[in-house]
Amino acid sequence: MSNTATGWEPVIGLEIHVQLATRTKMFCGCELSFGQAPNTRTCPVCLGHPGTLPTLNAQAVHYGLMIALALDCEIAPRSIFHRKNYFYPDLPKGYQISQYDIPLASGGHLEVPGGPSVRIHRAHLEEDAAKLIHHGESGRIHGAGSSVVDFNRGGTPLVEIVTEPDVRSASDAREFLQLLRTTLKQIGVSDVNMEEGSLRCDANVSVRRPGEETYRTKTELKNMNSFRFLERGIDAETARQIGTWESGGTVVQETIHFDPVSGSLTPLRSKEEVHDYRYFPEPDLVPVAPTEEMTERARAELPELPAARLERYRADYGLADDVAGTLVGWSELGSFFEASVAAANGNAGAIARWTTGELVAFLREHGIEDPRESKLSPDALAELVGMVEGRTLSRGAAKEVLGELTAEGGDPRSIVEARGLAPIADTGELEAIVERAIEANAAAVEQIRGGKAQAAGAIVGAVMKETKGRADGAEVNRLIREKLGI
Amino acid sequence: MTADVLRMSAAEAAERVLAGDLGAAELFSTYSDRIHQLDDRLGAFLWTADEPPTQDGDAPLGHVPLAVKDLFCTEGVATTAGSRILEGHRPLYTATAVRRLAAAGAPMLGKTNMDEFAMGSSNENSGYGVVHNPWDPERVPGGSSGGSAAAVAAGLAPWAIGTDTGGSIRQPASLCGIVGLKPTYGAISRYGMVAFASSLDQCGPLTRTVSDAALLLRHLVGHDPCDSTSLGLPEEVRLPSRTDLKGLRFGVPHELGSRAEGVETGVGEVFDRTLDRITELGGEVVQVGLPHAPHGISAYYVIAPAEASSNLARYDGVRYGPRARNGTLLDLYERTRAEGFGDEVKRRIMLGTFALSAGYYEAYYGRAQRVRTKIADDFEAAFDECDFVVSPTSPTVAFKLGERTGDPLAMYMADYCTVPMSLAGIPAVSIPAGLARPGDGSGPPGGLPVGFQIAGPAFSENGLLDASFALEQALAFDTTAAFL
Repeated sequence: MSNTATGWEPVIGLEIHVQLATRTKMFCGCELSFGQAPNTRTCPVCLGHPGTLPTLNAQAVHYGLMIALALDCEIAPRSIFHRKNYFYPDLPKGYQISQYDIPLASGGHLEVPGGPSVRIHRAHLEEDAAKLIHHGESGRIHGAGSSVVDFNRGGTPLVEIVTEPDVRSASDAREFLQLLRTTLKQIGVSDVNMEEGSLRCDANVSVRRPGEETYRTKTELKNMNSFRFLERGIDAETARQIGTWESGGTVVQETIHFDPVSGSLTPLRSKEEVHDYRYFPEPDLVPVAPTEEMTERARAELPELPAARLERYRADYGLADDVAGTLVGWSELGSFFEASVAAANGNAGAIARWTTGELVAFLREHGIEDPRESKLSPDALAELVGMVEGRTLSRGAAKEVLGELTAEGGDPRSIVEARGLAPIADTGELEAIVERAIEANAAAVEQIRGGKAQAAGAIVGAVMKETKGRADGAEVNRLIREKLGI
Repeated sequence: MTADVLRMSAAEAAERVLAGDLGAAELFSTYSDRIHQLDDRLGAFLWTADEPPTQDGDAPLGHVPLAVKDLFCTEGVATTAGSRILEGHRPLYTATAVRRLAAAGAPMLGKTNMDEFAMGSSNENSGYGVVHNPWDPERVPGGSSGGSAAAVAAGLAPWAIGTDTGGSIRQPASLCGIVGLKPTYGAISRYGMVAFASSLDQCGPLTRTVSDAALLLRHLVGHDPCDSTSLGLPEEVRLPSRTDLKGLRFGVPHELGSRAEGVETGVGEVFDRTLDRITELGGEVVQVGLPHAPHGISAYYVIAPAEASSNLARYDGVRYGPRARNGTLLDLYERTRAEGFGDEVKRRIMLGTFALSAGYYEAYYGRAQRVRTKIADDFEAAFDECDFVVSPTSPTVAFKLGERTGDPLAMYMADYCTVPMSLAGIPAVSIPAGLARPGDGSGPPGGLPVGFQIAGPAFSENGLLDASFALEQALAFDTTAAFL
């Protein structure tokens, strides 16, 4: 929703919770849970038993530092943990251990190339809550017949990333979150799966008139567990707020639950009722004081970040924005592309098009995330594209070969041979087929002669059908013009 | 034989066992039998072990059994922290302190009564009944480690461990006429100690002699990977041997001295006589100032309840302990906690919750933390002038059961002299220095025990125990005088 259309400017800040892919939980030795039976990944510490104490997971700090560096943040020399106190059955200690006034990292930014540039307010470490399951029609605690707690998730390490209110549209929010997700995935700190909750995003939304320097009242939008829902939720909330202001009403500060099915927005609770969390420094933990060595180790482990990769694809390979964007946004695809280019020793543009076109279509159709999980090897793709570029295989035939390569594997040349897909090298044979096609398409010939050149398509199509795609399209066109004397 | 065994210090008993002159099982059953025969009169024990775990070979603590405050989690053995809200709670693990001592050869004899969640100075806040002072059953043993102190003083345990947050080892040791040591914060792991106020809680020994305290301390200290705030001590704990106090300066802060407000005349006299003994032993007594110490109680009663309000939030009836059934989630919380917690615990949860509330945090918690820093600075300055700071441990001798239960502030003042050291995180020991009659002249004609507190800089335990040992020998207080 652009401000020019509505006369309003959305102001959006995002809060992103990232579950870290450490082996164990934030403050105890329990392994993280991936669908294990309820309450099997628990111990006295993460169950909040009397007398237990938290001990900080060093790997979580390492991942936190990697995130901080990837987002160009400043790292606090001594950050501390606080206790955020509130009663809820998913919180076994009655408080969440989280960073409060001195977070691990602050003051960074992430820029989407050609898109929004967003400042990062802070990134801090904390622990996840357990999972409540409510039995009853509503699926929520109110009206539930009974509720049970699965503590497997309780204590999973989280990094919470908070942006400045720099985002100005729902689509910018999506673009930013997509790049953030790719970045987190690329650096290997999280599974970043929004549906499974390893990446969760809340949005603080307000609107104002262009030119206004202060912010109006914001609302906090929750439960947007996909990029599409994020965009739709923000659009819906922005429209609601504009409607409220324009009808002379006032937006009140509240938390709003977005229902992606109905598209409805439901206030959860007004801020007046919100808990007083009674934050105070966690006396059971010592400050996090990253040494130079720790920071350098985190920096050394950072791979090339998506923004830099995008620049390189443009500069080194001359790729167009959309093609480069697809390859960078899907890091496994990008890596596959690079391996293929390396094997081909060139042909980057063509390989990029094949990768983002035919290969992506195949992967999506089969729900494959990593192209290396298909039977296709980067070498085979390189060879296939080389054959097309060298005119030793038609595009149509190449698609057929790619289909077999991804499904069955093998090498392109053997498949071409076995299936008899080599282009018709014999000009005499092709001429005969073209002549037959001209005879069979008299109406098209009339149109061509009448000056409608594109009518040749019908004749080309007939030739291709006859040759099962083995004919070279350019050669067929040349022959048609020759035969018709135009 | 039995009488001999009983009157031995724990260290002597350990030596005898290790020399083969005394059977570990015999020693254990001597105490165990006494508990079964006599503890009805004290109420010191909440649980006793049937028999010791079989231990063979040389263990440095000689298989001398240990009484353990019920604040320490013990695997499979009910651990209540003196609270009904943990009735029947059997931990899945054993506290590091208990585990270390058991490994060093001090098996658990029993779990001792205490003020609920260590909140109290008389043991009257226990959810499981009061504990009587063996010197006078009409009187309190002090608290919160009242059961441990009474058990050792009555000869129902050779030695014990307790915890000290604002005086909970030193004050009951003082009121029961035994030795109680609160080590430097961080010397001993807190893992497995049911938390009261995390930044103050510290485990320590309650014993009949300074040497016994040193022996237990030696095997208690050390960094524990399960407790990030545990550091251990920079050097091994030595058994004390000093016989004089030459070259040592003992600082008397007038704020906490014999003439400080609330100090009973009899207590003041014993304190002053003890200063004379220090001089006789070659020590020098100097005046020092702890100008912020009088604010210690105020700061303590903000910081400790604040931490407690958070530490006790986990007792919600969801995962362990009794649960009030029926009703909404809020009903479950409210009823479980209303029924499970005693009055003093509720009072402190409310105090702490208030102190941490938005809008009050700076005025209370923030300010209390600044006072805490000032008190620590006071001690640092005082230790430029002296080696140790000394004071009465408790302003009074043991008071009567029920005497202060209606007046929380009077009860809080029992920790007036011990709280400043807790806030500063420094080690302090209470040794029995003599007997005195209470202010009203009541009680046994011979008087009641008076403790003498000696505090040193952080990690000065060896020096502190050495000086305490020299003074203990000179004072020759009979710590077996109240044996049942």
